[in-house]
Amino acid sequence: MTVVTALIGVAGLAALGPLAVVLGVCPAKHAASNVTYGLSLIVSLMLCTIALLSLFDAQSTTVTLPLGLPWLGAHFRIDALASFFLVVVNLGGAAASLFALGYGRHEHAPQRVLPFYPVYLAAMNLVVMADDAFSFLVSWEFMSLTSWALVIANHQLHENMRAGFVYLLMASFGTLTLLLAFGLLAGPGGNYSFDAIRAAHPAAGVAALTFVLALTGTGSKAGLVPLHAWLPLAHPAAPSHVSALMSGVMTKVAVYGFLRIVFDLLGTPDWWWSILVLALGGMSAVMGVLYALMQRDLKRVLAYSTIENIGIIFAALGLALAFKSEGLAWAAALALTAGLFHVFNHALFKSLLFFGAGSLLNATGTRDMEQLGGLIHRMPQTALVFLVGCAAISALPPLNGFVSEWLTFQAILQSPQLPSWGLKLMVPAVGALLALSAALAAACFVRAFGISFLGRARSPAAENAREPDALSLAAMYAVAALCLTAGILPGFFIDSLAPVVQALAGGRMPVQAGVEWLSIVPIAEGHSSYNGLLLFIFLIISGGVASFAIHRLASNKIRRGPAWGCGYPDAGPTTQYTADSFAQPIRRVFGTVLFRAREIGEMPPPGSTAPARLKVELHDPIWETLYEPIAAGVSLAAERLNYLQFLTIRSYLSLVFVALVLLLLVLAIWP
Amino acid sequence: MAVIREIAFQGMQMLLVLLLAPLLTGFVRKVKARLLRRQGPPLLQPYRDLIRLLRKDVVLADNASWLFRVIPYFIFAATWIAASLVPTFRSGLLFSWSADLIAVIAVLGSARFALALAGLDAGTAFGGIGSSREVMIASLAEPAMLMIVFTLALIAGSTQLSTMAAFMNSPEVGLRVSLGLGLIALIIVAIAENARIPVDNPATHLELTMVHEAMVLEYSGRHLALIELSAALKLLLYVSLIACLFAPWGISPPSAEPILLIGGVAAYLAKLAAGGILLAIFETAIAKMRVFRVPGFLGAALMLALLATLLRFVSRSF
Repeated sequence: MTVVTALIGVAGLAALGPLAVVLGVCPAKHAASNVTYGLSLIVSLMLCTIALLSLFDAQSTTVTLPLGLPWLGAHFRIDALASFFLVVVNLGGAAASLFALGYGRHEHAPQRVLPFYPVYLAAMNLVVMADDAFSFLVSWEFMSLTSWALVIANHQLHENMRAGFVYLLMASFGTLTLLLAFGLLAGPGGNYSFDAIRAAHPAAGVAALTFVLALTGTGSKAGLVPLHAWLPLAHPAAPSHVSALMSGVMTKVAVYGFLRIVFDLLGTPDWWWSILVLALGGMSAVMGVLYALMQRDLKRVLAYSTIENIGIIFAALGLALAFKSEGLAWAAALALTAGLFHVFNHALFKSLLFFGAGSLLNATGTRDMEQLGGLIHRMPQTALVFLVGCAAISALPPLNGFVSEWLTFQAILQSPQLPSWGLKLMVPAVGALLALSAALAAACFVRAFGISFLGRARSPAAENAREPDALSLAAMYAVAALCLTAGILPGFFIDSLAPVVQALAGGRMPVQAGVEWLSIVPIAEGHSSYNGLLLFIFLIISGGVASFAIHRLASNKIRRGPAWGCGYPDAGPTTQYTADSFAQPIRRVFGTVLFRAREIGEMPPPGSTAPARLKVELHDPIWETLYEPIAAGVSLAAERLNYLQFLTIRSYLSLVFVALVLLLLVLAIWP
Repeated sequence: MAVIREIAFQGMQMLLVLLLAPLLTGFVRKVKARLLRRQGPPLLQPYRDLIRLLRKDVVLADNASWLFRVIPYFIFAATWIAASLVPTFRSGLLFSWSADLIAVIAVLGSARFALALAGLDAGTAFGGIGSSREVMIASLAEPAMLMIVFTLALIAGSTQLSTMAAFMNSPEVGLRVSLGLGLIALIIVAIAENARIPVDNPATHLELTMVHEAMVLEYSGRHLALIELSAALKLLLYVSLIACLFAPWGISPPSAEPILLIGGVAAYLAKLAAGGILLAIFETAIAKMRVFRVPGFLGAALMLALLATLLRFVSRSF
């Protein structure tokens, strides 16, 4: 029984939390950290293997435990969809644990991280395995609360506490909407097991309302614009291996929730649902990457780029929803495969990038890119793997990010077959937004890598940085290797996704295993094909031949000299381009409207020796137009209601009486 | 036998684009000079420049890293592969299916990513200027290019270049509004991508007008030769791409007899010459624009291409 074995593993993970507390008193150095992360690594790998076997096995297993609601019990089930997401969760968990084996030693208050970390992993596993609304929501809340505890692990910093507060608010809001969604799904009978929900067919209005609630709830966890406000605050605040889990894995658990409710439980979708998903996805993709381009904090850049990638995933899922609602199963399968493949890819490269950012933070003590620079000389191995991550997330062939983007574009090209006019006009617009976000992502990661790793050191801390320990490097190399593998052998990954896609979309992509030369052919030969392996080999051969021939036949000498720089004398590292100046052209082109970006130059009067200053003003449109009014409204209401706190006992008694009468009246009038 | 022949054709295309690329650059320079009533450098000057550069020592900036030395080879390999995948004299080459048009564009995107990184490596202000402007231009040119690809793919029903060329050569195509819009947008993108006037000036070293030249300022010797050769290959690629999509006449189909290839090669040379002359006339007739006018220019391409795609979604007859 797969699901039972998996549950035992999850229970083991959960038990590691209390164990970490006990081990905390152990005098041996790093004992708690080594045991917690080591055992998490082993259990995650085990769970990942179980999930992989069950994915290929394509059989769903269920179990009901006598826990939770007495009349319901706790249902758990592993089907194709759950196995795929279990692979994502546990692969990310294993990589993060391996990284943390080295990285976690530098934690200055490990007791604030260690007890929560394995429980957080266990909760994410449980969300994916839950087969009734009650277990789902309880696991979901566990996931939110443990990650909240990890966000405020470094609680001395005021900004971390603020991030934790915003995160807690948004997480509660998300859970509330999900609670309502499940309430609507279960109907008046109130059978919360997914089997019963699947069997019931809600009325069109109820289904639409459930869809909107589910999109809000899962979208707020995944970081869809405009519900993303907590994400760039919370993800960077956590320790880096937890940031990797939050960005790379927890957002995927939210995507899982969306898929489970909308594709599985709700039945046949309406076509206009997809418009909403497509619009939010396209908007998140472009807004996320533009926000990322405006940040100086490396981890915050990565967090905003998560919003972008979630946007791409939701755009692909929206397309799948559109095709599914119009009965084009094969096209829905293509779009869904693209989305799921991007889920997998993003989990990989975002973990890798957060690991890299964590290593930088450890080595230099800062996340501010303006303080970094020249790290490729001090940390060549970290630079190499970070570069792989940057290229992969920028959708450059032959790495994996490109394959999922390419599949998404192929799915968009199938959309003229959609009959409804709304979609006919929406899909090309979303295609343009995705293309824009891909190009901007490349700009964003040229900036992230170029400013932090290339050039000359901008601070003494960057000058004295050191390579991280071997275990951290091993984790980064392993993930980078997976990025390359998924990029050059995508056919294997697409075929593994087939059972998931078959279950959700009612169709599948053509089998890729038998295609010549290991190419991928999403629709038909002669229509479109891509071969990452051949491209990779060609790149290596032609680059190698060119280098060999030139070194043998022409010249191979190298002289070192000061940089040329148009002949200007060297004025020191401060004259290099900074992260802000690098983003300036893009800020001017896109930011003047979106962020109301303004540059204010302050020139000192003639003769003064004071420095001239350039100030850049940016406004966050969503925070200012959506969240600030809500916050203002809440505090206004609180201020008004505060008056109720100072009444006499007589007024309270009369208030209670009036409320009672009103409630009775409502009951009497209720049909 | 057949496989060997196919490999020979593929190899022929790789050699052909590599050998012709500097010639095309030299040809454009020559025509531009003649239009200005100058004698101009000889046609073979780019080859001599390349050979001279290859023989010189490399002078590396003190701060240059290993990445700086790898990038020229990577850019050259990526551009060369991309150029070899665009049908020139014969369609349906052995490896033409290993990357469709979207992938070819993305391979060029990889090369640009690497070049922008190289600009930041030495740690001078000029490299940074070039890189930051290059990514700004790319952030508009790439989506415009993808929208053009969408338009053409929706017309031809494929993103595979050989299939697209064959379709464009068939009488089914006809005159279409979306094709016209796509062609204008593609020309604008091609000009921006190749750093030609009015977006950038390949002949300038005035620091405030340069984008591409600023990024490669620190390169010398064999590294610079490879980057110049890649730039020439990229120009050839875009001319071939426009020719293969909008003037696909004379490309021999895979079934043709080998002897007919001579016709294909001749047609290809004629198209290159025509493209070179048109580019030279365009560049002579127009002035370089300010950097912050470029987004408007490219934005026009993006809007035209988006309009063309939307037209295709609205009706199959546009």
